Amino acid sequence: MFKLRASIIKDVRILLRDKVGISLMFIMPVILVIVVTSIQNSTFQLMNKNKLTVVVCNKDAGKLSAQLIATINKIGMFKVTQVAGDQNPQQIADGMHANDAMLAITIPADFTQKIEAKAKGSSNKALKSFGLQADSAKEVAPSAATPLILYYNPSIPESIRFSVNGALGSALQIVESRETLRTLYFAINEKEMPAALENEMQNGKAAINQVPVSKNGSTKAPNATQHNVPSWTIFAMFFIIMSLSGSVVREKISGSFIRLKTLPTNFAVGLLSKQITYLCVTLFQALVIFSLGIWVFPYINLPALNLPADIFGLFIVTLACGYCAVSYAICVGVFAHTQEQANGFGAVSIVILSAIGGLMVPSFAMPGALKTISTLSPLHWCIEAYYGLFLQGAGLKDVVISIIPLLGITLVFQGLTYIGLKRKNLI
Amino acid sequence: MVTNTSLAVNIENLGFHYPGNSGVTYHDLNLKIKEGERFGLFGPNGAGKTTLMNLMTGLLVADAGNIELLGHKIGTKSKAVNKLFGFVPQDFSFYQELSPIENLEFFGAWYGLNRKQIAQRSAELLEILGLTEVSHKAVENFSGGMKRRVNLAIGVIHNPKILFLDEPTVGVDVQTRHAIIDYLKQLNKNGTTLIYTSHQLSEAEGLCEQIALVDKGEIVREGKLDDLLEEYGHQDLEELFLNLTGKEYRN
Repeated sequence: MFKLRASIIKDVRILLRDKVGISLMFIMPVILVIVVTSIQNSTFQLMNKNKLTVVVCNKDAGKLSAQLIATINKIGMFKVTQVAGDQNPQQIADGMHANDAMLAITIPADFTQKIEAKAKGSSNKALKSFGLQADSAKEVAPSAATPLILYYNPSIPESIRFSVNGALGSALQIVESRETLRTLYFAINEKEMPAALENEMQNGKAAINQVPVSKNGSTKAPNATQHNVPSWTIFAMFFIIMSLSGSVVREKISGSFIRLKTLPTNFAVGLLSKQITYLCVTLFQALVIFSLGIWVFPYINLPALNLPADIFGLFIVTLACGYCAVSYAICVGVFAHTQEQANGFGAVSIVILSAIGGLMVPSFAMPGALKTISTLSPLHWCIEAYYGLFLQGAGLKDVVISIIPLLGITLVFQGLTYIGLKRKNLI
Repeated sequence: MVTNTSLAVNIENLGFHYPGNSGVTYHDLNLKIKEGERFGLFGPNGAGKTTLMNLMTGLLVADAGNIELLGHKIGTKSKAVNKLFGFVPQDFSFYQELSPIENLEFFGAWYGLNRKQIAQRSAELLEILGLTEVSHKAVENFSGGMKRRVNLAIGVIHNPKILFLDEPTVGVDVQTRHAIIDYLKQLNKNGTTLIYTSHQLSEAEGLCEQIALVDKGEIVREGKLDDLLEEYGHQDLEELFLNLTGKEYRN
């Protein structure tokens, strides 16, 4: 025990003097988590909270274009800014830039006329089908409505563009349906449709009730913080490879290793010491990054991190992730011949494992084969377990299914390390 | 298993080859070094001195034969025999980021000393080797001579019965060399067997009583230095060395 203690003290002393290693292990992930969360938070807000500014150029002087604008406003998704109706496409584009808008709509000059004609045509057809006399004097086949033009900033996500298109289509449908109903009512009753009836017919559609579903019944919506803090914590844990594998290689190729082999102590004690030391480092990394999310993020206009209800589960998952990261780093250190090899391979492999593991792009968005490959990355199981806890309100028993494969991969790393040490006659 | 306690080192019928037969090969080598001797192992580059020292310290594993240190077989799974000897390799074998005292604390613990023993021996060694004033400074900023002294201090912290020294004074100034040689003689007086290799033959003459000349995986001659000089009619070890190992370049 005294040997292990002495070894841990030695490792901690060396670690504390490795300024570059400490920067890589702590400062880099802190910067990454702040920057990436800030960027993603803007996108989240764009999609979830902020209304999309839309510039409307209404070339029509009729009542229906005004109704259309009012309907678009009512949807609640847009902040409408109207510009003069005589603007050309270039002026509209300038208007978008001036208003910081991602979208613009041009309502054609004949909008009201064409919708009224269409309503009349539909009304006449309906009357005929009822066996009633239609207004033959005005029975003219309506020409197709002139399309609205939707301008958009190409950087707007396709999903948002589809949503906008759908919302505008609904607004148009409302205006057209209302006009058709009014026309039909007038044709039958020769008087204007009562407002109460119009409202009843327009608004009496079936409601859509929204019910949040999560494992612990939480109704909190995930945000950029809940996504990014766990992701970059895992990345930081695995990035200790830069310090730890380098330390193993340095010890191996330096003279100190020759002496260690002649001492009456097994080198396994040294490796155990490194595992304990760096496991504590990974736990400390998690503590720092989680604390940052909880207490610092609100001061920089980012959503605060909400810790899972199952704190013990969070500790176990963090421990499992940290131990896997440490095992991987030692394994690379044992097989690498030089520090350059360890650092180069370590850094590149962590980026690749992060990418295929779903830290950068969610694994559910990956194509089929890549989804299967992603399960080979230990980071995949780390993020799955963390997302279970942070986003789905799961507890330890729910994420065991992710912890077991993670421990399996850790055992593989430990086994490879043992084989490497045996083959090199180091233990 | 203890078999022969009067010998510090007993090598019998040693066989060894590197993978692919690269480097030196030993066949049926025998060597006995008595307890309390100051034994020099000399030879040209590539003769097999370091290989033999690595075999004696367990860094390499023999293919055949036995190596015993103070009657304990080396190369077994038990590491108990490793407490009996110290090793001062040619390379700086410590953590350069740490101070001398921190290195001694760590290596002392790994040699099996307790906290009190480590503190006592560290203070003693740092004083003897003139490192007390810099005992808390990182070794990486030390001169070559200071690093050699740290290297030696670590190798003897546990008061070994046998001390293997591989070029312990290479690259140091005259003062440091004298200090190291004086300390080694002091250790020997206190009962430590010294097994030493060096290319500094004049230095070796002053230190070693018994020598073995190694070349091409064989012990060319061994015996008391004075007897060998007399037998071959040479004034010093260098002449004897050149006579027995030749003058051609070695790689």
